[in-house]
Amino acid sequence: MTAAVRRTAAMLGLPAVLVAVWWFASSGSTDVYRPPLSRILVAFRETWFGRRLLDDVAPSLARLAVGYAVALAVGVGLGLVLGSSRPLRALTEPVLEFLRAIPPPVLVPIVMLVAGIGDLMKVLVIVSGCLWPVLLNTVEGVRAVDETLADTCRVYRVGGALRLRHLVLRAASPQIVTGARQALSIGIILMVISEMFAASSGLGFTVVQFQRGFAIPEMWSGVLLLGLLGVVLSLGFRVVEARVLGWYHGLRAAQRGSR
Amino acid sequence: MSAPAIGRWPGLVGLLAFGGLLELLPRAGLVPAGYLPPSSRIARALADQARRAEFWTALGDTVRTWLTGLAIAVAAGLVCGIVIGSVPALRTATASTVEFLRPIPSVALIPLAVLLYGTGIRATLVLVVYAAFWQVLVQVLHGVGDVDPVARDTALSYRLGRWARVRYLVWPTALPYALTGVRLATSVALVLAVTGELVIGTPGLGREIAVAQGSGAVPAMYALVVVTGLLGVAANLVTRAAERRVLAWHPSVRSEVPA
Repeated sequence: MTAAVRRTAAMLGLPAVLVAVWWFASSGSTDVYRPPLSRILVAFRETWFGRRLLDDVAPSLARLAVGYAVALAVGVGLGLVLGSSRPLRALTEPVLEFLRAIPPPVLVPIVMLVAGIGDLMKVLVIVSGCLWPVLLNTVEGVRAVDETLADTCRVYRVGGALRLRHLVLRAASPQIVTGARQALSIGIILMVISEMFAASSGLGFTVVQFQRGFAIPEMWSGVLLLGLLGVVLSLGFRVVEARVLGWYHGLRAAQRGSR
Repeated sequence: MSAPAIGRWPGLVGLLAFGGLLELLPRAGLVPAGYLPPSSRIARALADQARRAEFWTALGDTVRTWLTGLAIAVAAGLVCGIVIGSVPALRTATASTVEFLRPIPSVALIPLAVLLYGTGIRATLVLVVYAAFWQVLVQVLHGVGDVDPVARDTALSYRLGRWARVRYLVWPTALPYALTGVRLATSVALVLAVTGELVIGTPGLGREIAVAQGSGAVPAMYALVVVTGLLGVAANLVTRAAERRVLAWHPSVRSEVPA
């Protein structure tokens, strides 16, 4: 009981102190650019709990979800193909290394050229940025499939979809998850950036509008919301990861314990 | 990294094929040349850029923002990581705060940075440092936590002082982790440097891309995107080589079969 209390105190202590410092340090602030936290929180409630939730937050998240899902599917699919063929991999490696090295936000102007400024553009931008970490990590994961397991599969004539599902995908899943985690943070960045460029709705667009219109507390509340969103998505990812990779973490812990 | 048995040239073939595809698609009319200029046009635009003094200034600006931000982030990440990591009380107190602040996408800070620092280099530096700092910090924290208990007890029983423990025990253990952090931070810092230039308008390659896009100079835009990709590739190569050199003494590098 006391241990749990102490853990909670350690977890909430510093954040509580920081928020308190912010609250009191800014409470008498007359600086236009640094409004009191109390005003930011009021602005937060007034700005985001209402129609904006449907008009701006939901479309942003929907585009992120679609783009991320497409990038995952394409990345894992292509990664399986490339990972299991050595010549193909040798052929494509430098090209992929180059494409991955391009900072994803510079793709926004290029995609705008092709797809205009609508939803399609934003989804394509997210796909084109999230694809590479998933693809390259899948390739690495498929390449590193355990030899003994692969041989065992061959001996037992396990092939086709069965082999794909139980050997290749399973063995590559820790790497795929790593790639998916990197892709998620890139996806959030691109969701915001693509809306800052050209949009009439969305989180990034609204926050920039606030900044240009000098609606300072509203802008701060938007920054807070984006931050919260990042935190919530990464927490959600961790929950999914714990489910998908439970077997792997257990295996690692067991190996470490027996060593 | 690459498969040594096949040699270097399949990758080159792949690159040439990729270039050839980019040449053929627009020439054959499969993709409108207004969207994707043939690679020879892009190459010519690149040569044009190389003759412009503004291009080299922009390149210099980007590299300066990138490396300055990276240096600040790495220094701060190392110091904070070693201090926080070596004091268990600090570690438990800050864990939740670090976990909360880390996933905040640094593009969320764009409106704030513009408001507080205008469109100069400082606004972009804020983004670069914020994004890169966490990569280094988290890796260093992992590294410091990985100190071998037996080695620590040995150091304690030989009465190594606090400084000597950091120098001979914590530092060598954390170094491989720190270098991984630096490698990740390097590419993240480049992404954010270019993003800041693109979205905020800080001088650099990103702004040149935005200008080229605004004036409809499509081949120039592609040429500049290629340059940012080359910067990314160079960063990967340099950090990997540095990692191998600095860690030449480390078991994980020593045991690698020389290719």
